[in-house]
Amino acid sequence: MLITKLKAKEDIEALVTGKVFIVNCHGCKEVSFPEAEAKALQKELCDSGKVTGILTTDYICNPENMKLRLEKHRKEIDAADMVLVFSCGVGVQSVAEYFEDKKVCAGCDTIALPGFQGVTPLEYKCDQCGECYLNITGGICPLTACSKSLVNGQCGGAKDGKCEVDPNMECGWERIYQRLKMLGRLDLLKVPVQLRNYATDKEV
Amino acid sequence: MKISEKFSRGEFVVTTEVGPPKGFHVEPLIEEAKEYLSNITAVNVTDNQSSVMRLSSLATCKALKDAGLNPIYQLTCRDRNRMALESDLLSAAMFGIENILCLTGDHTKLGDHPQAKPVFDLDSVSLLYTVGQLEKGVDLGGNELVGEPPKFCKGAVVSPCSDSIDAQLAKMERKVMAGAEYFQTQAVFDSERFISFMEKAKQFGVPVQLGVIIPKSVGMCRYLNANVAGVHVPDNLIDELKADKEKTKAGITGVEITARLIKECLPYCQGVHIMAQGWESKVPDILKLAGI
Repeated sequence: MLITKLKAKEDIEALVTGKVFIVNCHGCKEVSFPEAEAKALQKELCDSGKVTGILTTDYICNPENMKLRLEKHRKEIDAADMVLVFSCGVGVQSVAEYFEDKKVCAGCDTIALPGFQGVTPLEYKCDQCGECYLNITGGICPLTACSKSLVNGQCGGAKDGKCEVDPNMECGWERIYQRLKMLGRLDLLKVPVQLRNYATDKEV
Repeated sequence: MKISEKFSRGEFVVTTEVGPPKGFHVEPLIEEAKEYLSNITAVNVTDNQSSVMRLSSLATCKALKDAGLNPIYQLTCRDRNRMALESDLLSAAMFGIENILCLTGDHTKLGDHPQAKPVFDLDSVSLLYTVGQLEKGVDLGGNELVGEPPKFCKGAVVSPCSDSIDAQLAKMERKVMAGAEYFQTQAVFDSERFISFMEKAKQFGVPVQLGVIIPKSVGMCRYLNANVAGVHVPDNLIDELKADKEKTKAGITGVEITARLIKECLPYCQGVHIMAQGWESKVPDILKLAGI
């Protein structure tokens, strides 16, 4: 099973720029979602007048299902500067892929526990690393999109935009670069040096 | 000697590289280096290059240093986690090795142990940062080192002819921010592309050494074009190698092409890094022909 854990309150507040549309995914029975904490945090955001709408739904990892649900809130989403997603990493990546020119951020970190891992399509992988990077990589996971799981940018191995390990696989960091460019967020490539923390699962 | 001393004096810095053998008999490598490379500022020692298991870079660096040469210790992040890398950096300091080059490294799947676990606990950027931390007297766990901290001249690499050039420049900037003091480039065969790259790279204010591989044969160039990311040998150079087979076989064409590339790029860079790949004996000829 999975645990989704809220990111620190100050981290989420720092992510929210302008108006925000919120998506909560309570999809898989296999995912433990911090409902009460998320609700309290979102109420504070609502009280500050920053929220254009909230959609609480399930299985946003299923692109067809996600589109149908989100399109019912099109006006509220258009009125927002960003979409904040409270789900596992797969859900965030699905929404980011759909709104490719809108800022999409993760409100949770995803951590693996033994057992079933929920219902996910293979295109969007989440490594359940417990320190979600999607907010600094334009919604594309560097751990699963890069064959070396690099977190500080592209290696020298990309040829014609493809990975050195698998010529059928797009270079994850080329994708991230292009996405950040489209979002006007190339400044995120200058964040401090990132170091993986393999001790995160012990905090659960 | 730290090669940064030469850069800061505005000198054109020449380096070359050797690959350790698949075995522990290092004497032929040392003898060849003494004969042909003793006038070179520093000699890189590759670290399980192309993910092929060999004698370690660190041990070979020590042997070169004992023979009076100035080694550049290459470290990749493929085979060791942060603890092993930090430990080896301390060992390098103990041996008096002063220059290092930090790389991410090729994936294990490309080499002769495709079944091995690819580590990549750190990458080129976080490795540079790690060295900076050790130089401040603390390790990545936040623990203090005992005694005087090590001090290295820290280098990194960049790929000027990559087709993802914007992503490469972004990574180069991250390496500068993490403490890179000089860059060696992936092999360049097209001086115009290198010069246009340098127009963008000079903003970082860090010395860049042009990387060159001596083209040995038409087959080698075709192999590079098909298999090595960021390397492209233009058709006109391949035609030049085809033109006189005897001359190419004797290595004269390769020496001429390499010297010409260096001459064309010389005003735009701060040094040259010659990857001779077994043709170390040609390095003096190349430098003479390039007028260095």
